[in-house]
Amino acid sequence: MFMRNAEYLAILAAGLFFLASTNSYTQTPNLGMPIDEQDIAAWDIDILPDGTGLPLGQGTAGEGKIIYEQKCAVCHGVNGEGGISPALAGGDPLSNGIDTGKTIGNFWPYATTIFDYTRRAMPWFAPRTLTDNEVYSLTAYLLVLNDIINEEVVMNANTLPEVRMPNRDGFIVRFPERTP
Amino acid sequence: MNKKDSTRVWKDLGPAAENGLFDRRAFFKGGSVLAAAITGYTIAKPLQAQTLSDDPWSGSAGTPSGPYETRSRFENDVVRTMTNPNGEPRSQQSRTPHHMLDGTFTPNGLHFVISRSGSPDIDPEQHRLVIHGLVKQPLVFTLESLMRYPMVSRMHFVECGGNSAPMWSPEPLDADVQGLHGYVSCAEWSGVMLSTLLEEAGIDPTAKWLIAEGSDSLALHRSIPLSKALDDAMIALYQNGEKLMPGNGYPMRLLVPGWEGNMNVKWLRRIELLDQPAMSIYEARTYAPILPGGKAYQFYFLQEVKSFITRPSPGLSMNGQGLYEISGVAYSANGRISKVLVSADGGQTWAEAALQEPVLSKAFTRFRIPWQWDGGPAVLQSRAWDEAGHVQPTRSEIVAARGEASRVPSLNGFPSQHYNGPTSWQIDQAGEVKHVYA
Ligand code: HEC
Repeated sequence: MFMRNAEYLAILAAGLFFLASTNSYTQTPNLGMPIDEQDIAAWDIDILPDGTGLPLGQGTAGEGKIIYEQKCAVCHGVNGEGGISPALAGGDPLSNGIDTGKTIGNFWPYATTIFDYTRRAMPWFAPRTLTDNEVYSLTAYLLVLNDIINEEVVMNANTLPEVRMPNRDGFIVRFPERTP
Repeated sequence: MNKKDSTRVWKDLGPAAENGLFDRRAFFKGGSVLAAAITGYTIAKPLQAQTLSDDPWSGSAGTPSGPYETRSRFENDVVRTMTNPNGEPRSQQSRTPHHMLDGTFTPNGLHFVISRSGSPDIDPEQHRLVIHGLVKQPLVFTLESLMRYPMVSRMHFVECGGNSAPMWSPEPLDADVQGLHGYVSCAEWSGVMLSTLLEEAGIDPTAKWLIAEGSDSLALHRSIPLSKALDDAMIALYQNGEKLMPGNGYPMRLLVPGWEGNMNVKWLRRIELLDQPAMSIYEARTYAPILPGGKAYQFYFLQEVKSFITRPSPGLSMNGQGLYEISGVAYSANGRISKVLVSADGGQTWAEAALQEPVLSKAFTRFRIPWQWDGGPAVLQSRAWDEAGHVQPTRSEIVAARGEASRVPSLNGFPSQHYNGPTSWQIDQAGEVKHVYA
């Protein structure tokens, strides 16, 4: 099983060519254990900007407000104005300066990021304990607080990716040649 | 060696720039002669040597060396400065004390750490890394299985996109090199090339991106172009020869050499191949610096060429006229450092510094240059070039293109990111060193 040093180094050096070829990289121990996507589901929590990954369920701002006041306001302020933690609503125009505070309303390009981050990371001391309906409701509430949707709009896997964020076109890709 | 000898060595080579900078080869030519003549920064020079006698610590057997060596108690003040030592619910930063270190490797206990919510206490036997998404066969790896793979060891710096953020202040902050540039460090990382594992899972031709995700409480994730993953990304398991420190991702982290620190995802547990970026909070919001006028840069991947002088620097005051070594670090995401120039007169004249070998790609390169301080005012600066031809822009070039903060920030604030201009240290006649803009 053991290769001579020179042979081994040559294989290491040739690594990139191996990858370019369609053959699999046979010089590894192949110790990855096959797993089905359904067994990864609990970890597979990212939501893409086109809505891929959004779960079933729905919510509205009215429901979101109740949850927000119980679980979020203590850190982010009663109306999302900020407190010991960042503001979730409002914000100055970005033309005010390069150090303008970023908020969902003045900066975030995709509404899907609100769902993704709230579900994976919040509330701070109990991340990933909110139900999907609660996350849809909180997302709707944060969008209402930022004057992006109306109170009656229902957020679900179809409507959320359709939300057009005010700063959607506010970005310049820094290294286009390295960005697919 | 007496002073006369060393004087002759550097005089032979002659000054290379105004205000006392000598030719970088003075050290090589002078060798130990010159090195011995260099005055320490904080050591007072006695008027005359004392009579030597046996030292108290030599009189009996010393302390046995323990199972894991700890440094001398006299070095206990060489520490990181912390922004959130009690782990309040907000991000936490620990800065590398560059002015107390030399060489190019950052000791593991002093490597900078930024974490959003602290280090998870991961049991390496329970930890899993899953690779899935646009692959032929989703796979799970244990740490034990990864240890069986061919490994590589590479020297690379890791730098937070927000390092040097105080330099965006409209007025120079009264800070030392640790406060200004403490969110960059360099280590030898050992681990398995990510390309090896991706190839084993089988890359679907429609895959263009991947996300890397950690098992910290916020499940931090970042999108990374597949091309970078196949180029030089590594699943790092070791840091300077020992297993990763918890703050640096124990038991495994992604290393994307030269790219924004936050993309080097720690406590790595999941990689998913995608046809689009995920627009995680960190790429959509946090690491997207606002430009003058209100647009913002997105996908600011590279930590471009930068250098700063670590000695002398604030806190390391001069101790009388004489010969000193100016020393610092330079690094670039675009490969090796090709040249570092140093000025002692605020950027009017420049001399080329010596680069400590080996000069490695996307790693710290230490530069050194002899300097005769005549006791007068001086402003020290360094400016680095990389092998791709990029040079550190001047501060005014950066401000013209990227603006500056609308008000003076606190040292812990992050008014913007990716500042890579020069840093100026002003030396007054008392030998005190201060951060200025020049
Ligand atoms: C214990 C305090 C705390 C609580 C409670 C809390 N958060 Fe947060 N939240 C934070 C902190 C701290 C951050 C910033 C994290 C960072 O910078 O990495 C944050 C960030 C956010 C952000 C991103 C804001 C931005 O622009 O960066 C959103 C959205 C958010 N929280 C939503 C919520 C919601 C919804 C809840 C209630 C379910 C909640 N948070 C509860 C502390 C809290």
